Amino acid sequence: MSHPTRTQLEQAAQAQLDALKAGQEPLKPRERLALPAQEMPTRDPIARRKSMQEVALGYTEAQVRLEARRCLQCRNAPCVQGCPVRIEIPAFIQAISDGNDAEAIAIIRRASLLPAVCGRVCPQESQCQLPCTVGKSLKDVGKAVMIGRLERYVADLERESGALATPAVKSPTGKRVAVIGSGPAGITVAADVRREGHEVVMFEAFHKPGGVLMYGIPEFRLPKAIVQQEIETLRAMGVRIETNFVVGRTRKLLDLLEKDGFDAAFIGSGAGLPNFMNIPGENLVGVFSANEYLTRANLMRAYDKGRAETPIYPSRRVAVLGGGNVAMDSARMAVRLGAEEVHLIYRRTEAEMPARVEEVGHAKEEGVIFHMLENAKRVVGDEYGRVTGLECLCYELGAPDKSGRPRPVEIAGSEFMREVDTVIVAIGNSSNPLIRQTTAGLETDKRGNIVVDADGQTSIPGVYAGGDIVLGAATVILAMGEGRRAAAAINRRLAGGTL
Amino acid sequence: MPLIVFKQQLSEDVVLMRLDAPLIASERRPGQFVILQLDDDYGERIPLTIADADPVAGTISILFQTVGGTTHKLAQYSVGDTVQSVLGPLGTPTHIERFGTVVCVGGGIGIAPLHPIVKGLREAGNRLIVILGARSKNLLVFENEMRALADELIVCTDDGSYGRKGLVTVPLKEICGRAPKPEMAFAIGPPVMMRACCEATRPFAVKTMVSLNAIMVDGTGMCGGCRVTVGGQTKFTCVDGPEFDGHLVDFDNLMQRLRAYKPHEEEAHHKCHLEMEAQKLAAQQKAGGL
Repeated sequence: MSHPTRTQLEQAAQAQLDALKAGQEPLKPRERLALPAQEMPTRDPIARRKSMQEVALGYTEAQVRLEARRCLQCRNAPCVQGCPVRIEIPAFIQAISDGNDAEAIAIIRRASLLPAVCGRVCPQESQCQLPCTVGKSLKDVGKAVMIGRLERYVADLERESGALATPAVKSPTGKRVAVIGSGPAGITVAADVRREGHEVVMFEAFHKPGGVLMYGIPEFRLPKAIVQQEIETLRAMGVRIETNFVVGRTRKLLDLLEKDGFDAAFIGSGAGLPNFMNIPGENLVGVFSANEYLTRANLMRAYDKGRAETPIYPSRRVAVLGGGNVAMDSARMAVRLGAEEVHLIYRRTEAEMPARVEEVGHAKEEGVIFHMLENAKRVVGDEYGRVTGLECLCYELGAPDKSGRPRPVEIAGSEFMREVDTVIVAIGNSSNPLIRQTTAGLETDKRGNIVVDADGQTSIPGVYAGGDIVLGAATVILAMGEGRRAAAAINRRLAGGTL
Repeated sequence: MPLIVFKQQLSEDVVLMRLDAPLIASERRPGQFVILQLDDDYGERIPLTIADADPVAGTISILFQTVGGTTHKLAQYSVGDTVQSVLGPLGTPTHIERFGTVVCVGGGIGIAPLHPIVKGLREAGNRLIVILGARSKNLLVFENEMRALADELIVCTDDGSYGRKGLVTVPLKEICGRAPKPEMAFAIGPPVMMRACCEATRPFAVKTMVSLNAIMVDGTGMCGGCRVTVGGQTKFTCVDGPEFDGHLVDFDNLMQRLRAYKPHEEEAHHKCHLEMEAQKLAAQQKAGGL
């Protein structure tokens, strides 16, 4: 497999750009459609099997200028409709095309707080890039304008040049807001509420803030330095962050409001309760939730074997169950931690996989072995209770189910054994019950998710919620969108002085 | 960061510490625990039970045995040092009510988590028979505190150096055989001891609560590493427990899961001892040089 280097991609883009500059600009739509979609430069697949360094290296300057020229500047801007926080996408791309990167990032920042994060982890192909006219015209969503990569470029440029400004904070209002959880939803609310001059205290159960951005998404996909930079920005704005504080246990939510003088609260505690398959043998030694496996590897840095005290299971043959981004992260992490074989097992086909196309591609390049239309039936172990194998079952696709995807149907008698020593279960999360169980009057649905109104307010006045604890497992950008909505409502409430 | 305000070496490898942690001290209930970490970047997170708390002074007591890397390092800390991270109180508190006569069995450092439960049961007006077990007399902890709370106290040592010689299950069976039999039992200690206690009480149908010490990472339900099989169902020790009906716990599975990282722990333990030896040697050389 040929792997183009960053320099090669830069040179090719520069040549194209020079040719364009010799001709007439602005380009006609037909000419724009003829420009090649720019490939993301990546680290060499062989080298990265042993490295935690970020895989996607980011566009070069020539690549962004060229990619930005592919945008048709559609007047109806379907891409904006596809963006959960409604970034003015054509405007920022025009600014990049004009060479005005500072303006581009300023436009993005009007709607998004975490562009360097979202530029990396958003599922753009199912959001802004899905309705892109360029992709539609070329009949391939993979050829849409690479909006996320452009966003990442200007966000990185801003951060690396030290131009990252601390947002202005209005004069103190004397009002206090508690933000529970320091993941994407919490970060958004903390920033938006703090800007209005309210005092904000953010509570995090772990020893480090950042939530899923720290414990879940691996370094090779989202460098932790970027997350820490966002946290530092919050601190510079005057947000107080209390780590090692689990609301519901260290202090009850209602005590924060009734005794500790908080005027409002936002719950963004995430969907932290891992689902298991409920199959025999699942409690054998060597079966892990993806949450545990990734937390050990990411937050606790178990990959750094000489220094980290947190152990990680020594695996040779790993099976990962699931087809989402977390499954890809787990499989790719297992590769990096030295597993000889990593098998990804999914009961539908690749077309139905919820994981991003890019992550699936990266996983394959790194040697993860994909097994579609297959599912685990039973985990088997030795006399010490350690995993020695996984009994699997073959599936075929049936009629569409409620989700609209074809329903996987078991093929009777198709059982067979896979020899593995580790099983990582990555089939999603349920909502964590801690706050629900310790907060009287907080309404939840039958899945345990917190029920909110159009403003993000819960059944308790002054208490808002958003992100995975409301949506079930979702994405960073959706959590951010919910956070913005709730923050706006909190700000309105505190301005009105009604509580 | 919690400050260490008191430290006492209870035996060669058991240390009692009091930490300044006012929020945990005021919120904690019997049966709950904390997660402690000494280094936020590379340290491991370990669960430790709360042996006692003083909400007025704002302190909690922890008692630990030096078995792994973190406990060895913590044992080197002194009064005035701070612990980087302490999270809690975690876990579902013990269900305490006026049961009537309750027999409580504590083994080894399992006596520490048993202490607040015994205190709670006393306050609720129960008649208490407490059985304490230790390998030998010098390893017995909290005897005076327990004596002050119990209506009847029985001490057993493996080597016969104090109290009755033998296992705690012998007096436990005797007490269950009395008429009327105790309404309830609690047993906390090493998993083998808890399993033996459950087998002792089972024929008498005395409900026996045990407190499990599973391997954890976050302690809030997020990782699922602490799952145990109870009555055929999977439970998370950190949020559903740590206390469960011992007659329903699959102890074999628990013990297998506790050994998941055994080679790693042994290595860490070995390294700690080597480092301590090196420090001792260096100190001796320094003293000799003066």
